Amino acid sequence: MNEHELRHLIAKVKRGALSRRGFIQRMVGLGLTAPLASQMLSYSGIAQAQAPSAYKPTKRGGGGALKVLWWQGATLLNPHFAVGTKDQEGSRIFYEPLVGWDNDGNMVPMLAAEIPTLQNGGLARDGKSVIWKLKKGVTWHDGMPFTADDVVFNWEYAADPATSTVSIGSYKDIKVVKLDSHTVRVEFPKPTPFWGDAFCSTRGMLIPKHLFDAYRGAKSRDAPTNLKPVGTGPYKFVDFKPGDMVRGVINTAYHEPNKPHFDSIEMKGGGDAVSAARAVLQTGEFDYAWNMQVEDEILLKLEDSGKGRAIITPGANIEHIQVNNTDPWTEVDGERSSAKTKHPLFGDAAVRRALNVLVDRGSVEKHIYGRTGIATANFLNNPPRFTSKNMKWEFNVDKANQLLDAAGWKRGSDGIRVKDGKKLKLVFQTSVNQPRQKTQAIIKQACQKAGIDLELKAVTAAVYFSSDVANPDTYLKFYTDLQMYTTTMTQPDPEVFMDQFCSWQIASKENKWQGRNPTRWKNDEYDKAWRAAENELDPVKRAALFIRMNDLVIENQVVIPVVYRPRVAAVSNRLRTSLSGWDNDLFNLRDWYREG
Amino acid sequence: MSRYLLRQLLYVIPSVIGISIVLFTVLALAPGDPFEELATNPAIPAEVRANLRAKFGLDDPIYQRYFRWFGAMVQGDWGFSFASRVNVDDLILGRLPVTLFVIGSSLLLALVVALPVGVLAATRPYSVFDQIASTLALMGFALPTFCTGLLLILVFSIYLDWLPFVYRADISATGWRWYWEHFRQAIMPVAVLGFFQGASWTRYVRSAVLDVIRLDYVTTARSKGLAERVVVVKHVVRNAMIPVVTLVGLQLPAIFGGAIVTEQIFRVPGIGSLLITAILANDTPVIMAVTFVLSCLVIVINLLTDVLYGWLDPRISYR
Repeated sequence: MNEHELRHLIAKVKRGALSRRGFIQRMVGLGLTAPLASQMLSYSGIAQAQAPSAYKPTKRGGGGALKVLWWQGATLLNPHFAVGTKDQEGSRIFYEPLVGWDNDGNMVPMLAAEIPTLQNGGLARDGKSVIWKLKKGVTWHDGMPFTADDVVFNWEYAADPATSTVSIGSYKDIKVVKLDSHTVRVEFPKPTPFWGDAFCSTRGMLIPKHLFDAYRGAKSRDAPTNLKPVGTGPYKFVDFKPGDMVRGVINTAYHEPNKPHFDSIEMKGGGDAVSAARAVLQTGEFDYAWNMQVEDEILLKLEDSGKGRAIITPGANIEHIQVNNTDPWTEVDGERSSAKTKHPLFGDAAVRRALNVLVDRGSVEKHIYGRTGIATANFLNNPPRFTSKNMKWEFNVDKANQLLDAAGWKRGSDGIRVKDGKKLKLVFQTSVNQPRQKTQAIIKQACQKAGIDLELKAVTAAVYFSSDVANPDTYLKFYTDLQMYTTTMTQPDPEVFMDQFCSWQIASKENKWQGRNPTRWKNDEYDKAWRAAENELDPVKRAALFIRMNDLVIENQVVIPVVYRPRVAAVSNRLRTSLSGWDNDLFNLRDWYREG
Repeated sequence: MSRYLLRQLLYVIPSVIGISIVLFTVLALAPGDPFEELATNPAIPAEVRANLRAKFGLDDPIYQRYFRWFGAMVQGDWGFSFASRVNVDDLILGRLPVTLFVIGSSLLLALVVALPVGVLAATRPYSVFDQIASTLALMGFALPTFCTGLLLILVFSIYLDWLPFVYRADISATGWRWYWEHFRQAIMPVAVLGFFQGASWTRYVRSAVLDVIRLDYVTTARSKGLAERVVVVKHVVRNAMIPVVTLVGLQLPAIFGGAIVTEQIFRVPGIGSLLITAILANDTPVIMAVTFVLSCLVIVINLLTDVLYGWLDPRISYR
């Protein structure tokens, strides 16, 4: 799909021939994120549909206690230090950003009075600034008013390297100017197509200036409010035990009428995913459990008890196989898989293409992941209903055999193919994880039928995902022919995510294997497309570039996508949630309620 | 006596230092990076990680880090958790009451079961009661806690729906309800740990009492015409307890270590589950503090039992 076709589709939405949601779903199918698709529409003058809130209760409180279970408990409650989602979720009970992202990729105003657009003057034509109007009459839990000073302070706090926030990436290059008591302008150093980062969603939760002002920089770790949050959110802080329990009580001065519904909230941490699912679906001790990394078979069995259900939210995690473009078995200048080498077998495109049709994604989905892992052909997220027209996956051993025969790979006496004295033997590594080992076995079986000898290797997750320079088994060193893991997209915009195939991100000894491109793939067209997308202000043109990048990666079999893994939550039958695959589970906690 | 104590104390110092060196080196050499999550997250620039590593002194050579840690520890500073960004002692102190309660009551339960059962079984060796008690003790000893824990959950929480299986440290109820809720949720973890511990202690008590009951002085006591109850309680058990006391004493550090697996299964927020989360997050200061405290406890309690032993049996002299 190119720019022209995209414009055609947008025109259809304008005429009303295609629904807004239909358009977004189609874009997601092409490997774009919903927020990006939504941005394309608003840029083209199609107003963002303000999804009507499904919130029914007509008065504040009275809902009793909401009990949620996080099998990895929150360990800290300052959003600027929240590394993992567990900490972000814990902070999200008390803190709010200016806007969040709903499941259709729309911006949902939280502390912002309105969404900036070109039409309302919020967005600058040159893409170098955004004006945020803040909601008036909002107070912090201690009664102090929320103003533009707080927003400016959050920028100063997060951008200071001495504070060592994990949100620094979103704040270090921007400038924030206070225009009046409830308006700020965010200025970018260069035209920035994706402006919904600073002050938005997971990185945008705002902390109060009056309580953190004295604890900037190196003193940040001493702030008492790090552990006793005072935010603007629907629930006020009561008690926190790191790794175990976060408790909150209703904020009777919340800035939205009739919200929230529950009188108190408890977030219990610890344990394991299966028993968490049990506590919600089978015994009903809890109302909600997060991140159900549980085999679908077990989930289905637990759902039979009738107390709750699994809610599956499309997000952007993908289990994929990476194909090494360099030679992992020869050492050059003290490193294996050096970018100076070429892989001895994958140089032949037939081998890569054969591998691509030997991955039986259908069986992996059916026998291993079920609803929690859906077969896919695209590298970027891809819900099953909207499969990309550009890319298809198939499982076909005969085709693999044909491809290899045609390329001159002949079977030896042991059934393994040989060409020019090189045996078709590959080593395939992944982390120790039961579904992964099962997937490996399925692929090995198919490869055997095609005359490829696959040696399987499993590395403990603590080693495999570490950045330990001395260890040869990390995923970034990639000292094998193939490897498999899940990559997660943490931001609604694909720009940062897609830089993992750029040539300047190649992991090497020189950058201490910090580069994010372990496949060491190098492609000028891809590099150029990424650079162009970085500065392209027209979201439609930019989307076309991302689609092209996705297709390049798949066409060249740099990676072989296996399954797309949506988010799974266990929810009790009476609880009504508001979930999004582009934001935290609790992003819209204010809208949660229990049906009577 | 005091010279003996002093000498024993002097022995403690080098062993504590030795243990801390071993623990520190092993942890420093172990794979894993506390800021690993930062490394795999593309939105976080590499400088943040480098900055944090520098701030927490992770890039310095091991021996420097060790001396810094040791110096701080001597001054009572247990370190600073990477994951929670709070002082380690706060974390540990926050978890201590729950562990003390759960593990303490399970040890009590174990004693309450093991003492009478072991003594009764020994006074009537090879009777039906002894056979049943021995069989049950062997079973309890052989079944690991994660197995009995899951079984209890399955039976009492899922099929019968009587007891909760998620342990909550702070229960909002007040008065009698508060005690009742605490009791209800503690039943299963306490039972799992108590019976496991009790099973092995029953065996020890039984064999200790059996050893003593055949001695001549017991026969003398009996022939004096003392009631059987008095013979057993006053003369047999008291002497048989010496090895048992040592054994129980040596297991006391478990109170602080918590029963790691059981705490994980029932989500008991104790020291054991703190250790597990810390290990998973590569939060070295916390791992170091917890393991170090445990090993120190073993040493100190060893010392105490040495002293106690001599006090219980004056024939053992301090030299």
